[in-house]
Amino acid sequence: MPVEKVSMHYLVPKHEIVPSEKVDEFLRKFGVERDAMPKILEKDPAAIEIGAKKGDIIKITRASHTAGEAVYFRAVI
Amino acid sequence: MLLKRIAAVDFSVLNPDMIRKMSALEVKSADTYDKDGYPMEAGLMDPHLGVINPGLRCKTCGQKMKTCPGHFGVIELVRPVLHSQFSKKVEELLQATCKECGRVMLPDEKIKELQEHVKKTGADLTKYVISKARAVKKCQHCNAQKLQMLWDSPTNFYYNKLRIYPTQIREWIEKIPEDELALFGYSLERIRPEWFVLTVLPVPPITIRPSITLETGIKSEDDLTHKLVDIIRINQRLKDNIDAGAPQLIIEDLWDLLQYHVTTFFDNNIAQLPPARHRSGRALRTLVQRLKGKRGRFRYNLTGKRVNFAARSIITPDPYISINELGIPESIAEELTVPEFVTKWNIEEIKKLVKETDKAAYLVRPNESRKRITPENRAEVVKEIEQGFRIERQIMDGDIVLFNRQPSLHRLSMLAHKAKIVPYRTFRINPIVCKPYNADFDGDEMNMHVPQTEEGKTEAKQLMYVQNQTISPRYGAPVIILDEDGVSGTFVLTLKSTKFPREEAMRILYDSGIDEIPSPDLGKEYSGKLIFSTLLPKNLNIEFRTKTCKALQATKKCEKCVKDRCEYDSYLKIKNGKLLCGVVDAAALGEGKGKLVDALAREYPSDVIAEFYKKLLRIAVTLITMKGMTVGIDEYETSEATVKVKEDSIKREMEEAEALVEKFRDKTLEHIPGRTLEESFEINMLRLGARTKDAVEKHIMKERIENILSEKPKLNTIVMVVSGARGSATNLTNVSGFWGQANVREGRPRRGFKGRLIALNEKNDVGALAGGFISRNFVEGMDAKQYFYHSMGGRQGEVDTGVSTKVSGYLYRRLANALKDLVVNNDLTVRTANKNIIQYSYGEDGVFPMHTIKGMPISIKRAHELGKKE
Repeated sequence: MPVEKVSMHYLVPKHEIVPSEKVDEFLRKFGVERDAMPKILEKDPAAIEIGAKKGDIIKITRASHTAGEAVYFRAVI
Repeated sequence: MLLKRIAAVDFSVLNPDMIRKMSALEVKSADTYDKDGYPMEAGLMDPHLGVINPGLRCKTCGQKMKTCPGHFGVIELVRPVLHSQFSKKVEELLQATCKECGRVMLPDEKIKELQEHVKKTGADLTKYVISKARAVKKCQHCNAQKLQMLWDSPTNFYYNKLRIYPTQIREWIEKIPEDELALFGYSLERIRPEWFVLTVLPVPPITIRPSITLETGIKSEDDLTHKLVDIIRINQRLKDNIDAGAPQLIIEDLWDLLQYHVTTFFDNNIAQLPPARHRSGRALRTLVQRLKGKRGRFRYNLTGKRVNFAARSIITPDPYISINELGIPESIAEELTVPEFVTKWNIEEIKKLVKETDKAAYLVRPNESRKRITPENRAEVVKEIEQGFRIERQIMDGDIVLFNRQPSLHRLSMLAHKAKIVPYRTFRINPIVCKPYNADFDGDEMNMHVPQTEEGKTEAKQLMYVQNQTISPRYGAPVIILDEDGVSGTFVLTLKSTKFPREEAMRILYDSGIDEIPSPDLGKEYSGKLIFSTLLPKNLNIEFRTKTCKALQATKKCEKCVKDRCEYDSYLKIKNGKLLCGVVDAAALGEGKGKLVDALAREYPSDVIAEFYKKLLRIAVTLITMKGMTVGIDEYETSEATVKVKEDSIKREMEEAEALVEKFRDKTLEHIPGRTLEESFEINMLRLGARTKDAVEKHIMKERIENILSEKPKLNTIVMVVSGARGSATNLTNVSGFWGQANVREGRPRRGFKGRLIALNEKNDVGALAGGFISRNFVEGMDAKQYFYHSMGGRQGEVDTGVSTKVSGYLYRRLANALKDLVVNNDLTVRTANKNIIQYSYGEDGVFPMHTIKGMPISIKRAHELGKKE
């Protein structure tokens, strides 16, 4: 059965776009440019679903063995 | 600091015009030197090609040996030859294009379509085009018939069974239209495939093929030079023959010979060609051989790094040195040096060192000029020494060195030690540090490195000193631990029954470097626990259940743990640095679980644990030497009671097995969910075997363990098993109980003859005795059948260790190489060498396992205990 939304699957963690006004703050906090960050394709099903565009930063919140819940950031390319 | 970022690296093929342009000289003569030893003009050693003699200047760039990079020359080939490394590419082109018009043998529309595809995706369609063109019979563009094209590797091509020569190939390829080359993945501006047919050959600079002068004065040329001589010679002969109008046959022969020489110039190890040989019969080492393989430029020179100030020798144990120390043989210490800077605080010491010993090797002045210090010029040197000078002296006691054993699988494979110069020729280490290195003394060799700067020495001592590494950075539990005799000895020492008269107590304590004797606690005698307590810090408080407790549980079931009132002395309690009760065994000292050493390593400065280990090992070793820990055959003899239990169990097993077989035959055996009848039967048989062995094992342990609780325990295997030093109950059962079911690949052995394991069995007998059940032990010895079953299992064990070390070793290596440049930064992000982020917080929680208790940030229980300390 085709899945309409990948986010409905229990293995797909929560993806959300970092609001544009917070992006600069985020980049400054980690002292990185987008090209030094982990990447995600614009055509990634999870990115399509939340409507992320090239240059956006996606915040991924997922379950973690060690920390319980961990956040991760990917730059959309 | 990042200056430029490399965006891409582009590999391409040299244009013949480019080869001519970049060459400093056309090489025409096959001779290297004339009879006076001067390089021939326009020869292979012409000084225009670079300099290899110190002092001379390059005729092309005017620079000296160190600065002149060398310059290419060129050989104009009389007839073109194929570049053998590209003949595969040439074949692809010839297979898919028309000999007459050079067009790709596909319809125009199809070509258009493919070109669009390439433009859009950048795909390489070579394989696809060839497979499509193969089916074509006629060229769609010029209507010429397509004939069979054959490639005879490496460099011969046949068209319609007739040889086509490089000149023809070149003409053919030249005809291929540029826009159609795109289908084969060629970028038009950069490469024309006709360059794969060489018309001109670059001659590498002298600097990469230097000639060497032997002591006898005879010059010896590099292999590449030899090869180039051959090429030039044949080239010249070919030219002469053509000019003289020699018959076609001779010319073709020479042409082929030229092709051979050029091919072997690039690669002298081509399957279809005999390698070109030196006069001595040795195969020449040409370009490809220089780069390829373990001893090639990449793996040998670029990836393989060599260092100075290093030493390697066999290791042997020395329990009388500290865990921090490394015994360095005198012969090594004499060879290796460290710089010592002369300051106003140490100038007198250094002068004394130079004047009175032969340990100072060099004097280095501020301008870096060096002077060797010899017994003759000592006095002179002493007068010269001033602040700001530096001497290089041999390593001496107390210097910091790094010590390493391969394979370096984890951080602890290289640790910093304090040097201690010892006689003889082996490195000496305290056996306690074997664990992190995974070393033993059956001939292991290890490497030592001597840091040469103050920064290096300090960093090594702060970060890598043995005593600071007792807790594993991987799982947060002790890794530098006592084992084997260390644990057995400590166990025996702290047994309730161990007590010493004054003389013995003094000897043991003195041996461990303690020169104060506490007052006796058992009348005139000293208990082992009292002696052990002298090693503990005065404010240590800890209590836990011992390993012995677990061993005893098999036989003595306590209703409720009465803790420090345990009648079997199996609850350890230390109060204010005094061992009140309990034996010290693997639960206190062992790897990953040693609660006592864990507490010592975490809660005290790290020299406490170093001292503790040093003294404890000495006490343990002395004690075990004094008391004697040994076994005799009688220890393994099976007692009558055990024999009875064993026979009963085996008899019961046989009956049960019989019943199982019966049920299996009638197919009335109950299935294990998800298994076939056969699988269920096998699993049941295995379980039955395991159950029987378990029963006997329990009985044997029950019987043996009494020894430990007795007033005068014998020091033998059971001590090792109970204390967790070595061996297990299963091992004991194998020796004096019985072996049980032989196991091959997680099941009963199966393979052998049709329907049976070995010829001794009846066909299709699936019972226990025919399926690898061994009812006897090592003391009795097995019969032939059982011995064979045992060997089947033994063989598998042997194969498994071999395979799994190989496989897991390689997997680990790949993982380690992939992760080796990752660094945890101060903001806890994990980044690569060029600062790309891998994790935003190390391990997602930012916790360093070394500073945890078995991976948990805090142990609430221990925190409580610590709270009670004050």
